[in-house]
Amino acid sequence: MTAVAPAAELSIETAGLSKRFGHQLAVDGVDLAVPKGSVFGFLGPNGSGKTTTIRLLLGLAAATGGSMRVLGEEMPRRLHEVLPRVGALVEGPAFYPFLSGAANLHRFDAADPYVSAATRRARVQSALRRVGLTHAADKKVRAYSLGMKQRLGIANALLAPRELLVLDEPTNGLDPQGTREVRSLVRSLAADGATVFVSSHLLAEVEQICTHAAIMSAGKLVAQGTLTELRQSGQARIRVLTPDPGAATQVLAGFGLNATRSPAGSPDGGTAAGAGEVLYAPLPAVAFDGQVSSDGAGPSGVAPEAVVAALVAAGVRVRGFATEQLSLEERFVALTGEGFDVVQ
Amino acid sequence: MLCALAAIPVLIAVAVRVSSAVPPGRGPAFLDRITQNGLFVGVTAMLVSVPLFLPLTVGVVAGDTVAGEAGMGTLRYLLVAPAGRIRLLLVKYAGAAVFVVVAPLVVALVGAGIGAALFPVGPVTLLSGDRIGAGEAMGRLLLIAGYLTVSLLGLSAIGLFISTLTDVPVGAMAATVVLSVVSQVLDSLPQLQWLHPWLFSHYWLDFGDLLRQPVAWDSFASNALLQGGYLAVFGALAYGRFITKDVLS
Repeated sequence: MTAVAPAAELSIETAGLSKRFGHQLAVDGVDLAVPKGSVFGFLGPNGSGKTTTIRLLLGLAAATGGSMRVLGEEMPRRLHEVLPRVGALVEGPAFYPFLSGAANLHRFDAADPYVSAATRRARVQSALRRVGLTHAADKKVRAYSLGMKQRLGIANALLAPRELLVLDEPTNGLDPQGTREVRSLVRSLAADGATVFVSSHLLAEVEQICTHAAIMSAGKLVAQGTLTELRQSGQARIRVLTPDPGAATQVLAGFGLNATRSPAGSPDGGTAAGAGEVLYAPLPAVAFDGQVSSDGAGPSGVAPEAVVAALVAAGVRVRGFATEQLSLEERFVALTGEGFDVVQ
Repeated sequence: MLCALAAIPVLIAVAVRVSSAVPPGRGPAFLDRITQNGLFVGVTAMLVSVPLFLPLTVGVVAGDTVAGEAGMGTLRYLLVAPAGRIRLLLVKYAGAAVFVVVAPLVVALVGAGIGAALFPVGPVTLLSGDRIGAGEAMGRLLLIAGYLTVSLLGLSAIGLFISTLTDVPVGAMAATVVLSVVSQVLDSLPQLQWLHPWLFSHYWLDFGDLLRQPVAWDSFASNALLQGGYLAVFGALAYGRFITKDVLS
């Protein structure tokens, strides 16, 4: 968790934000802090409350509890001052299938009383150009592919200069080229000074484009911070492959390391009969230098090479040794549950 | 939908034209007069479409207003544009109101047109016995269309309210049409006489007063007052519902 920046520097700030549907708390006391100018990844499994949170932020639904500020203004009281500065793609694009792409954008733009009708044509064309849809502008949306609709939805969010872009699953249904385009689009928006709030369950995507991220699980915010902070907040551990688990455990205990045999979720040590057993020992929670995580350099507390030396000196047959840092995906799974047993 | 409405007077005119003379007193009122004066096609067509066809089209338009946008998912984009909920509701009702103006006009004008094409047009004998020229008769025809517009404003407001309740446009349309039928059924039960003046369909067929000389405005005024009341009540309900609605579609 990062220290909360001063209010003026946050594009989105919520405190105890909650939304109840009947008996179910879809959003449960969420305290978001999205720094201005960041590309913020909003992660969570399906049904964890991401889209509901976005609906609350945009004033589409009323919060049951808590408070929120968007672009420094209190919401939803100042909704009409805030929304013109926000571009949004919420839960997939939606258009009038019987109108062309350009006509759809014209219609949505006409719904915004704060923009000039005189510049509408030029703004629609430039938005379509930004998402590469100029050639299909006059085609009926009915004939659009899923990816084209997605691009048109992003174009709709870009109709006017925005300070905040809320993009819910922006690369849904896009081909690899489209995904790359969206990534570079998001980067260019951020370069122009906009804050981009991207919800996604695609971790690779978030790792590539985001500076900050938050993870939702069952309506609760379980982690939040810069990407580096998130990766590091998970504990590093050492992994030892050896046929002498008993002796190894004793040596590790000498370093104050508590070893466990092949924890759940990893291949069982017993199956690798010839190689021996796999031991995992979490390293003490000392800041890990993120730059050198894979090549064995360790935390300041316990030096991995000293552990290896001690193991060998004690006659333990070391057949494999590694220090591991949790990837964002492992961190995500650790926080939100494994497989289909995701917390609901 | 306007084409379907326009088809009604055409059907009536063609049917009367190709069949033998209609015996007086049978079929809808004014039907027997069509062969003498084509303008009656318009009047007959309006009379025929009041109980079901006009409310049906109005129900479709008014029921689709908000629920249609919600069903397509475009409602959330209109709201974050931001269109403003009150503004959106007003624009949507205005759209339905425009349809309510145009629909009876189409029936009246297409009726007068096809009537003039297939039958002679001449002075019209009013219900009071006076005779007026064809030009003034056209004025009366438009007046009846205006009466129907006023009649249907209340139903549009009901449709708008129902439309804010659901994300399924077909449901809102059906509910609106069903309500208009229920209102007319209740209006036909003498046991419920006390209720009749409060039913929004109560004055729908009372436009005969506009075919007198001088025009009797009583039913027009009562109708306008009643429809205004429905508009106020259901407009307020639609506002109250829509302003606090969680848009989850």
